[in-house]
Parts: sequence; structure tokens; C-alpha cells
Amino acid sequence: MSLDDAYAEFMQRAYAMELEATERYAQFAEQLDTHNNREVAKLFRKLSEVEALHARRILDEMGWASVPALPPAFAWDGEEGPETAPFDALHYLMQPWHALEIALRCEQQAQKFFEDIAAGSAPQGVKAAAAEMAGEEREHVRLIREWMQKVPRPAAGWDEDPDPPHMSE
Amino acid sequence: MNAPLVASAPQAKDFKSDYKPVWCPGCGDYSVLAAITKALASLELRPENVAVVSGIGCSSRIPAYTTCYGFHGVHGRALPAATGLKAARPELTVLVASGDGDGYSIGGNHFLHACRRNVDLTYIVMDNHVYGMTKGQPSPTTEPDWSSKLAPGGTGLREFHPLVIALASGANFIARAFSGDPNGCAALIAQAVRHPGFSFVEVLSPCVTFRPEQRGWKSAVHPAPVAPTDDPGRAARRLMTDDGFNIGVLYQGSRAPFRAEKARAMAGVAELAAGFALQETP
Repeated sequence: MSLDDAYAEFMQRAYAMELEATERYAQFAEQLDTHNNREVAKLFRKLSEVEALHARRILDEMGWASVPALPPAFAWDGEEGPETAPFDALHYLMQPWHALEIALRCEQQAQKFFEDIAAGSAPQGVKAAAAEMAGEEREHVRLIREWMQKVPRPAAGWDEDPDPPHMSE
Repeated sequence: MNAPLVASAPQAKDFKSDYKPVWCPGCGDYSVLAAITKALASLELRPENVAVVSGIGCSSRIPAYTTCYGFHGVHGRALPAATGLKAARPELTVLVASGDGDGYSIGGNHFLHACRRNVDLTYIVMDNHVYGMTKGQPSPTTEPDWSSKLAPGGTGLREFHPLVIALASGANFIARAFSGDPNGCAALIAQAVRHPGFSFVEVLSPCVTFRPEQRGWKSAVHPAPVAPTDDPGRAARRLMTDDGFNIGVLYQGSRAPFRAEKARAMAGVAELAAGFALQETP
């Protein structure tokens, strides 16, 4: 595989990762909107927009006019992309701090994903790009940590609902 | 350049309707919905050529959340409706969505006969071992010792084993997926749609409200350690000793699917009606 091909495939993966994260945060926003947790829904929507910007930046950088297809045999090491929050991460009473905690974990995983590529046996051009992206993810980790300082940490029993929507009589 | 996030090939979002799901946040069914839309996109189908049929329950809300043709039917009766649809419109891709209560209890008998008839359908059962929509009653797949306010001490009843039943009844494709892996689930659903005949995909889909301990399924599931078999005897042995968390295609049969065209050639409507015509009395 030529360096150009290897680089394009790497960027396809990076794009897929950002797109999966965009979609997942948007789904989370919808779920919490439905359950009237508007504050956290808004936060997830914001996170989705940020990830979409990252995805767009890859398209622009590569000059791709449309979504690049991944190689047919492509699969993540885990079940989903490293920056994708698991479906079951939500609770209808969750608070902004919880949402940021989810985002922090995702950014840390993304950072590790790129660091591993940068430290691996990929062609030098790919390793350099991966190192740059790892740096960006490191910055995101820092920003989210800062953000978490600004929102209240949930008190014990935050998930206790005296009038739960579903209750076994 | 501010390029739009669009592609020429079908995208999962093309199969997603504007209705927002009302499942509990964290419910596995969100992931199954995503998997279905991804699978349909990967198969390059068009929404107008697909029908999603369901019964009643949380999982049965899925047709409304897709842009495909949909039929939200009677409790436990999704399979007969889907069978009729496929017989009348064989060119459609027909998916059937159900849950463990709807599919194995109320619709249990239809499940057996749908497997036996082997009509070309894809049956996706979201199994969370509980009746979620009606507030947490034990279902056929609930563990005998699962204690709740509605069943103190548990039911004491042995669980229903849907995969074994499906195999014994003649299903042509049997797989188990996990909602925590939407990409893997999508790949299995796509494989099931491609396989001719009655394809059954059991999806472990946690109920985070009534069975929060099912969040632990993500560390229990594992890829099936053996390749799919087309030998029913071997599949039966595997399924009987299955731990309930093997993920993948577990049986891929080669039985010819039921063809409605053949049935129509055997008896036309006019011919059938003639048999019921009243005889004039002399």
C-alpha cells in the first residue's frame, strides 16, 4: 500500500470515528429531550456539533466531497469506534457532569487510539498525522476536564426518584 | 469548504423516521433500531421496498421509527401479518420486530409455525427477559429465580430456549446478537436478510429500567467460538449447551423457502371461491 493510500485509509478511519461520535451524541440528545432532561440534552447536542465539526474538517482537509467508504473488511478493535459512547451510558436523571464524564472517557479513548497508531508500525506520514490527532484529543481531554470543574458534581442519590415513571406496583 | 455530511450510497439515516423513540434512556432497543437502519443501508435497499411488521411491546414500536412501510399489529401476531404480506408481495423485504413476551408467549405458537413454514422473513426478537412496557412482569425467558415485586422469589419456571425451539421447528437461519454492539448486530441482521427462508435473530437487548443488572451483559457476551454450521444435529448440540451469550450465526440451513407463487399456482382465488359457491336448489 502506498503512503497516499495508507494515509487516505487512516483519514477514513478518523472520519468514521468522528461521525459515529456525532451520531451517538445526537441520539443521546434526542433520548434526553424525550425524557424532558433538557439541560443534558442541550449538552449532548453541543457535543454532537463539536464532533461534526471535527468530521467536516477531515472532509475539507482531504478534499472529499462526500462521505468516504471504509474498506469492506474494516472493523474497530472494540465493538464501536473509540470515541463512541456506549448506548447504555444514559440515565434519565443524569446531570451535565455525567454527560461530561462520558465525553471525557470517549476523548481519552480517542487519544489512546491515535497514540497507538503513532507508536505503531504505520508509514511515517500516517504516524505523524496520528500524533497530531492524538495531540488534538489530548487538548479535548483538557478542555472537558476544565468544563467539569465548572458544573456541580452530582450529590449521592442523584438517581433516586421519589415518583419514578416506571414502578413495579 | 463546508461539505455536507452526505453520501451517494444509502445511509442509515435514510431509514430513520422523524418520530423520536420514547424508550427509556439507555434501552438496548435504541441500538437495535440503529442496527436495523445500518443493515438496510448496507444492503442498499430503499425504504419503499422494505416493510417492518411488529406486534405489541417496547420493541414493537420500531416500525414507526423507520421510513419503511410499517404495520404495528396485534399482540403476538406480527408473524402471521408478515407472512401474509410476504405471500402477497414477495418482492418486498419483510422484517418482523418483536420482544420475548410478544414473540415467545403471546405469539409463541406463531413462532413455531413461522419457523416451520420457512417463509422468507427476518424475525428480530429483542430479548430482555422481562415485560418492560407493562412494568416488569416475568416473561418466558426470565430466569426462574429472578425475584421482583411482581414475582417474589421468582417464578420457579424453567426458561424458554428460543434458539433451540427455532431450530427444532425448522428456522433456516439462527443467530444471536447483542445490542451493545450495534455494528455487529447490523452485520448479523444484514446476513439474516440475505439468507433465504425464515431467519431468526435473537438480540440480547437490556432493559435498563426493570433489569438494570443486564448492563453487565456487555462483559458476558462473547463471539461464538465455532463457525456456523448447516448441520441441524451439530447445531442442536451446540445450542443445547449454549451459555446464552454466544454471539454470531449459530445455524445456516439450506431448506428451500416457502414460495407463495407455487401456492398461487396450485389454487387461484376464483377456483377457491367456486368451491364455496352456493348450489341452487332444484
